Amino acid sequence: MSAKLDRLIRQLKESFGERIGEPVLAFGQVTIVVPTGNYLDVVRQLRDDPALRFEQLMDLGGIDYSEFTGYRGKRYAAVSQLLSITHNWRLTVKVFAEDDEFPVVASVMDIWNSANWYEREAFDLFGIHFEGHVDLRRLLTDYGFVGHPYRKDFPVSGYVEMRYDPEQKRVIYQPITIEPREVTPRIVREDGYGKGGGRA
Amino acid sequence: MVTEKAAAVPDVKNYTINFGPQHPAAHGVLRLVLELDGEVIVRADPHIGLLHRGTEKLAESRTWLQTLPFLDRLDYTSMIPSEHAYCLAVERLLGVEVPIRAQYIRVMIDEMSRILNHLLSIGTHALDIGAMTMVLYTFREREDIFDVLEALTGIRMHGAYYRPGGVYRDLPDQMPKYKENKFKNAQTVKELNEARSGSLLDFLEDFTNRFPVYVSEYHTLLTDNRIWKQRTVGIGVISPERALQKGFSGPMLRGSGVEWDLRKKQPYEVYDRMDFDIPVGVNGDCYDRYLVRMEEMLQANRIIKQCIEWLRKNPGPVITDDHKVAPPSREKMKGSMEELIHHFKLFSEGMHVPAGEAYAAIEHPKGEMAVWAVSDGANKPYRMRLHTAGIPHLAGVDELVRGHMLADATAVIGTIDLVLGDVDR
Repeated sequence: MSAKLDRLIRQLKESFGERIGEPVLAFGQVTIVVPTGNYLDVVRQLRDDPALRFEQLMDLGGIDYSEFTGYRGKRYAAVSQLLSITHNWRLTVKVFAEDDEFPVVASVMDIWNSANWYEREAFDLFGIHFEGHVDLRRLLTDYGFVGHPYRKDFPVSGYVEMRYDPEQKRVIYQPITIEPREVTPRIVREDGYGKGGGRA
Repeated sequence: MVTEKAAAVPDVKNYTINFGPQHPAAHGVLRLVLELDGEVIVRADPHIGLLHRGTEKLAESRTWLQTLPFLDRLDYTSMIPSEHAYCLAVERLLGVEVPIRAQYIRVMIDEMSRILNHLLSIGTHALDIGAMTMVLYTFREREDIFDVLEALTGIRMHGAYYRPGGVYRDLPDQMPKYKENKFKNAQTVKELNEARSGSLLDFLEDFTNRFPVYVSEYHTLLTDNRIWKQRTVGIGVISPERALQKGFSGPMLRGSGVEWDLRKKQPYEVYDRMDFDIPVGVNGDCYDRYLVRMEEMLQANRIIKQCIEWLRKNPGPVITDDHKVAPPSREKMKGSMEELIHHFKLFSEGMHVPAGEAYAAIEHPKGEMAVWAVSDGANKPYRMRLHTAGIPHLAGVDELVRGHMLADATAVIGTIDLVLGDVDR
């Protein structure tokens, strides 16, 4: 498998050169970071170039890097997982949104139709706007939902809750009445923590 | 805008109807807004999210181990394979080796789930388009598999059986048995318990021997059935090019004649040691996808048999001995300070997964199911993205139903094997 991935990396360098970031091979998969300006050209070539031929966009999801340990850089990225059936290889393509306040990324809906719902979902959950998407509605959250719930500054318990109001005889929204809590704290240990003979 | 033709006939407008969210054929809470021209569907707009539980967000506030049971609740008709994708992603980040016996068990359970899934899929598909009997037969066989899962995991559906590094425990030596009561006399109980007298593998082997007969029964019920064919042949046709473009996978892609199966093309666990075939369709319609699923059940049956044979001969550990990832045995924990600490740390703080990103995909019964796990080195996932097969398939419904009659919408929803837990996450 790794000889094949080396071939993919060589091919990527040959096809794109300076137009993409250095391809990284980690945990058995190749990742490239594409600058926003070249994004559409690069992904189109990824699909159409016979030497690469990524026919399928398997997945596209947003990510909010704002609380990533030790990370400094752009906050939002759209991450696509491409699959080539011809060559039987996969590629992760990452594109960062330039503006953290109003993240915008080009839509790949014309290149792979499957991007339609993935981009709607990323817009819904992360507030990433996909330029060129023809139908950028919310996908998963409630009608009239406010905010983008998968952003790191959005609490897990949300801001509003629903209940039936016997006086008004309808379901109403009200501010949440539960306290947010964290059962197990999130911990990042220093390198080499607990390395003194881990195996019994 | 009044054209000459429209002026001649009375003012006829397209008609918009709401299908669901509570509709028996919607397979859960799917709201489909259908725009009709007479009885022909002009546009279908699925509204999803009514079962959205925010699994990806919840995972971020739980440890890597606590996240695992959520995965069962995605696709609640074939539960355990979803855990598989998650475990593969975490194992890839951790770099732990899974014992070979655990790999065989995983393959066996995955294939059992494939049968479980396709039985429900075909049964309810037939039910949706008017064949009541099918679902009664398929649920009979599903019950046997549920019995196996119950004996194995303690729970019929949401097993939480896989762990990063292996599986929770080894296969049990005995099956639970029926007891006599006022509804079942001694003779009935004896007959029912006959297959259950041995180990779990014996029971499962008995099932695999019976199962091909059941499949032939389904074939006699449906395959040449005139009504079934009228409702499925030529309905929801998708070309291989469009299926690829739409991101389809699994039987939806193979039904259109694309021979693509991750078990063969990118084998994980011990699928490369298994002998099985990949059925593909020709026309890409509902009927071909039905045939693909029927054949996949028989192939899954073949794989289970091979696993049973191997598992009988090769005992061994079923979970890694890296105690930073998997707990030590109860006995060791009680006897050694080191192991006690491991146990305590694992279940309070949880395991630490090295920083990185891994996308692990499996051939779920519905198609490609994948987990994209992002870790920053903490005891919790930084981000866990779930790719389930149902999303692109449901997104493709619009294209599949356009130009068909209203009644065909249920046939198409049946054929994409829709489970809203899977789509909404």
